[in-house]
Parts: sequence; structure tokens; C-alpha cells
Amino acid sequence: MMPAMFGRIDKALVAATGCIAVLLVGGALYDRNFLSPDYLLQQLQVAAFLGVVATGVMLVVVLGHIDLSIPWVVTIGGMMSTAAAGHGGWAGGLAIPFAVACGVAIGIGNGIGVAYLRVPSMIFTLATNAIAQGLMVIHTGGFAPEDHATPAMHFIAVERSILGIPNAVVVWALLGAAMVAVLRRTSFGRRIYAIGNSERAVYLSRGNVRRVVVACFAIAGGCSAFAGVLLAGYSTKAYQAMGDPYLLPAIAAVVLGGTSILGGRGSYLGTIAGVVLVTLLQSILSIVQMSEAGRQVIYGAVIILMLLVYGRGAKVVT
Amino acid sequence: MTDRPAPPRGRGGDLRYWLAAQRGPLIAAALFAVMFAVFVTEHPAGLSVNVVNTAANKGVLLAFVAIAQTLPVLTAGLDLSVGSVFVLANCLASTVVTGTPLQVALGVAGVLASGAVCGALNGVVVVFGRLQPIIATLATGAIYGGVALWLRPTPGGAIDEDFADFITGSAGELVPVSLLVLAAAVAVIWIPYRRSAVGRAAYAIGSSEQAAYMSGVPVARAKFLAYLLAGLFAAIAGLLLTCITYSGEANALLGGSYTLSSVAAVVVGGTSLYGGSGGAIGTIFGAFVLRTIGDLLFVFDIDALSQPLFLGIVLLVSVSLGSFRLLKVTRRLELYR
Repeated sequence: MMPAMFGRIDKALVAATGCIAVLLVGGALYDRNFLSPDYLLQQLQVAAFLGVVATGVMLVVVLGHIDLSIPWVVTIGGMMSTAAAGHGGWAGGLAIPFAVACGVAIGIGNGIGVAYLRVPSMIFTLATNAIAQGLMVIHTGGFAPEDHATPAMHFIAVERSILGIPNAVVVWALLGAAMVAVLRRTSFGRRIYAIGNSERAVYLSRGNVRRVVVACFAIAGGCSAFAGVLLAGYSTKAYQAMGDPYLLPAIAAVVLGGTSILGGRGSYLGTIAGVVLVTLLQSILSIVQMSEAGRQVIYGAVIILMLLVYGRGAKVVT
Repeated sequence: MTDRPAPPRGRGGDLRYWLAAQRGPLIAAALFAVMFAVFVTEHPAGLSVNVVNTAANKGVLLAFVAIAQTLPVLTAGLDLSVGSVFVLANCLASTVVTGTPLQVALGVAGVLASGAVCGALNGVVVVFGRLQPIIATLATGAIYGGVALWLRPTPGGAIDEDFADFITGSAGELVPVSLLVLAAAVAVIWIPYRRSAVGRAAYAIGSSEQAAYMSGVPVARAKFLAYLLAGLFAAIAGLLLTCITYSGEANALLGGSYTLSSVAAVVVGGTSLYGGSGGAIGTIFGAFVLRTIGDLLFVFDIDALSQPLFLGIVLLVSVSLGSFRLLKVTRRLELYR
């Protein structure tokens, strides 16, 4: 696959990189500090949270499905890790794996509904999102949840161990490298793309469609929950609806990175570009002194414009 | 295909055909009837005009948003901005629907027109911009939410109280006016639309866009109109919300929850998310079912904290019910697309 990667120019990736360059230059013209290493590293750290979520989203989107349970799975990740941290002792040590396992469990539920019950993913993940919300409302009892984070959570979310690079970015890079390896080098990864193009063909060539779908949703759930852990570690607290601001940006990042929302096409490199692009856009809109209303309008309009530039579908002719 | 029975003929055959075609809406209607009967018998006040009126207002509110969602879904599309248009109409109505009766009428017309404009913008982006509806409407939804916030940075505003009380009251102390408004909207907009060439085109596109295109169906026009009408229906819901709360609020969470509930109502009402089958009548009952679940949890005194979990479980079970059809599938290949 490597020669193909260099031989073929990914149009979406080029366009997304171009947009990133435009945003950087525009930001620098507005405020010189915009290009300082400190500020850019800070942006990368923020992008890492979105990047972890987008990793899972991309897998599911390449399959030709969508995961709308992100908001509350992120929240579950945050709340379960802080709850375990609050216990202290051995439970605190297991805070991160425990929270990720909760996310994986919800993801497996999603996968079973989509793969075995054949419910459209959009509506099934919507329902699991509601259930996740219900569970968390009962868990917190309507009060503010625990505000503890274990040292390990703090370490991966806030600290900068190597050359001042935020550990969250390192974590995202490791996750991304693993994802690229899986997508490009394993039959499981190739099968994900194949299912996105034609489930029938995969079934007829003796691929286990259902197991791959369940696995992808499980990974997506784990990624979302892990992002929740990072967020909880970053702000040393978990709160209701902490995952809400991640659904639209994650899907937008994946699509802006050139992954087809219909499935079957997309590269992880594009997703990285999409995540950086969305994060920079949000950051520029927040440093420009503008009301929340204006920011939302511009945010939506810019996404539409960028999609119009390079995300258009084919014209129906036959 | 030789083993397929001959098409049913005569009266009995027609009825059987009709029952098969309308199974989704009929199941939703029956479910609603049972749930609502349980609700009124368990309610301490029983079947009073007030109880019915309150339930109707809440149900009709979601029903309008859900009808808005139904139209694009029938064309195998989706409109994730219905909740934002709903909130935008709410904010606009809390500003312009005041003053003399003429001003109120103009204000109402303005709110509905703004909804249609939002819907038309969605239509332009999806049809002529050729963007995927799910991501395009997610982005336009952010725009409409921003405009709503610009109109009403803090909750407040007012609406003509006579108008609001009329819309949320009961006609002849018996029938909720909101139900009549819903019936009127169905009779004046939905039924003519369903029977028109563009309406039938929408169903054809949902079944197969390519086949529809090759058959000379006005694909672009039908899809555009579906999104435009979706905006209009969402704006009617926003107007109704203003009548209920007497104020406007740019509440993005509310918009989001209505968008999601609208998708759920569409599915519960028997419309296929893959497009091409279903309709507004089933959606209305789907919306009523969803709203009655909340009411039932209330009368059965379910702990307020467990209510969201119950709602989620009911939603999960109801969307999974369609999986029973899998038992009839004999060739596994048919499961896969």
C-alpha cells in the first residue's frame, strides 16, 4: 500500500492542508502570538482530545455507519474514571482501563444492534446514547460527580514529558500509528473498507461482516471513553454533558479529512488534518473577539464552504 | 418469482393490501391508544379536558418537528437541523408575534417564512451543492443556532397572549386547538403534497434515486421541496413552543434533543430511514408514543432520576422490534446490502 500512498494525491488531504495553512496565516496576521510554539502546542493538546474521538468515528464511518452515542460515551469515560479515582487504592489504579472497558461495552452493544439486529446505526446508537445518559444520571444522582483524577490520568492528559510535547499528543500519535497499521496492514483493516463498499461482497467472499462491525463499534466506544478519561484528567473533573461538544466536530473532522460519509473511503492522515483544521478553526473563532452567535454562524458556514470546495458528491447521470 | 401469489383482487384483497402497506403507522397508532388509555386511567385527574390538552400540546410539538424530519427521510435524506430551525423560530416568534391583530398575523407569517427560508437553504446545499445531507444539515444547524442566539442572547421576549392562549387552549372546551392545527397542517400541506407529482417523486427517489432519475422524475425539485417543507414544519413547531412558554430561548440542547427525538419518532412511526416508505401520519403517532412514555413514567411515579434510563430502554426496544423481520429471512445473503 505504501507506493500507492505516495503515488496517488489525496485531493481532500491537500485541500485540508491548504485550509490549515490559510487559517495559520490568517491567525498570525491577526495576532502574532498565534504562531508561537507555545500556542501551537496548546492547540495540538486540545486537538488530541478531538483526535482520539475522531479515530473511533472514522472507523465507524468507513464501515458506512455512524455513531451518535459519542456524547454520553465520552461522559461515561470521564465519570467512570473519576469515580474509580474517588475510590482510591487499587480501584484508582484501574481507573483508565475500567473507564475504557465501559466504553467498549457500550460499543459492543452498538455493534450487536447494528450487525446482528440490523437496526440502522443512526437510530440504534441514538438509543444507546439515551441509555448511557440514563445510567449516568442515576450514577451521579443528579449531583455533581466526583472530582478526582488519578496521577496517571493527570500524567497523560496534562503533563509534558518529552521535549515539552504534551503527553496527550503523544498518546494520540501512538493511537493513530496503531490505527494506520491496522487499517493498512491487517486483513481486518482491509475488510473494514471492503464492508463500507459492499457488505454483500464481503459476505460472499467468506468475510465475517458481523464480527468486524461489532469490533469497530467496540473500538469506537473505547476511543470515546478514553477521550473522556483524557478530558477528566485535563480538568480533574467529570460533568454532565461533557461529551456534547464533540459529536459535530468529530464527524466534521472526519468528513473534512476526506472520509466518505457513505463509507468505504478515507485515510487516517486525512482525519488528522481534519482534526487539526477543526481545532484551529474553533480556536481562531474564540480569539477573535466575536459573540458566540457569530462564531457558530461562521463555524457552520466555513464547514459548508470547505465541503463545497472538495466534498461534493457525484452527479447522478445514469 | 413464479411462486408469488397473484395480486390480491376485490375488496378483501384491497383491505389486506392496505393493512400490509400501513402496518407501521397502524402499530404506532395502536401502541399510542393503549398507552394513552393507561395514562388517563392512572392519572389522578382522569380523563379531563386539561389533562388531554396538556398531553396534546406536548405531543403536537414533537409531532411537527418529527413531520419535518419525515419529509427528507422519505427521500433517503436526513435533516439534522430541524431542532435548530425549531429553536430559531421560537426566538423569532418571541420577538415579532406581538401588537395589533394584523401585526400578529404578519409576525406568524414571518416566522413560517423564515422556517421555509432555512429549509430552502438546506435544500440548496444538499441538492445543488451535492453535499451529504447528514453533514450538511449538521453544519447549517450550527448556523441557525447561531442566528437564534443572535436574536435572543438571553432567554426572554413575549408573544401576544390572546393568540398564544387560543393556540394552546381547547376549542369549545373540548378539543385541543393544537390538535386542530396539526390536523389542518396535515390536510392542507401533507395530503396535497403526498398526492402531488413531487410528493410521489419523493417516494420514488427514496426507493431508488437512479431509477427515479432515469424515469424522468423531477429529482432536484422534489428533494428541494422536501427540505423546504421540513423547515416550514419545524417553524410551526417553534411557533407552538412560543405559545406554550410565552418566551423565546436559544437553547441548543433543546434543539438537539428535539432533532434526535424527531428521528426516533420517524422510526417508531414506521418510516424507513432508508427512504421510500412511510409517511407523516405514522410519524404523528410515533411522536405521540414517545411523548406518552414520559407521561406514563410520571403517573407511575417512577423515580425522576431513573426516567432518562427508562426512556432510553423503551427507545432501544422499540427500534429493535423491527428485527423480528429477520426471523423470516431464509437466505443470509438478503441480510447484507
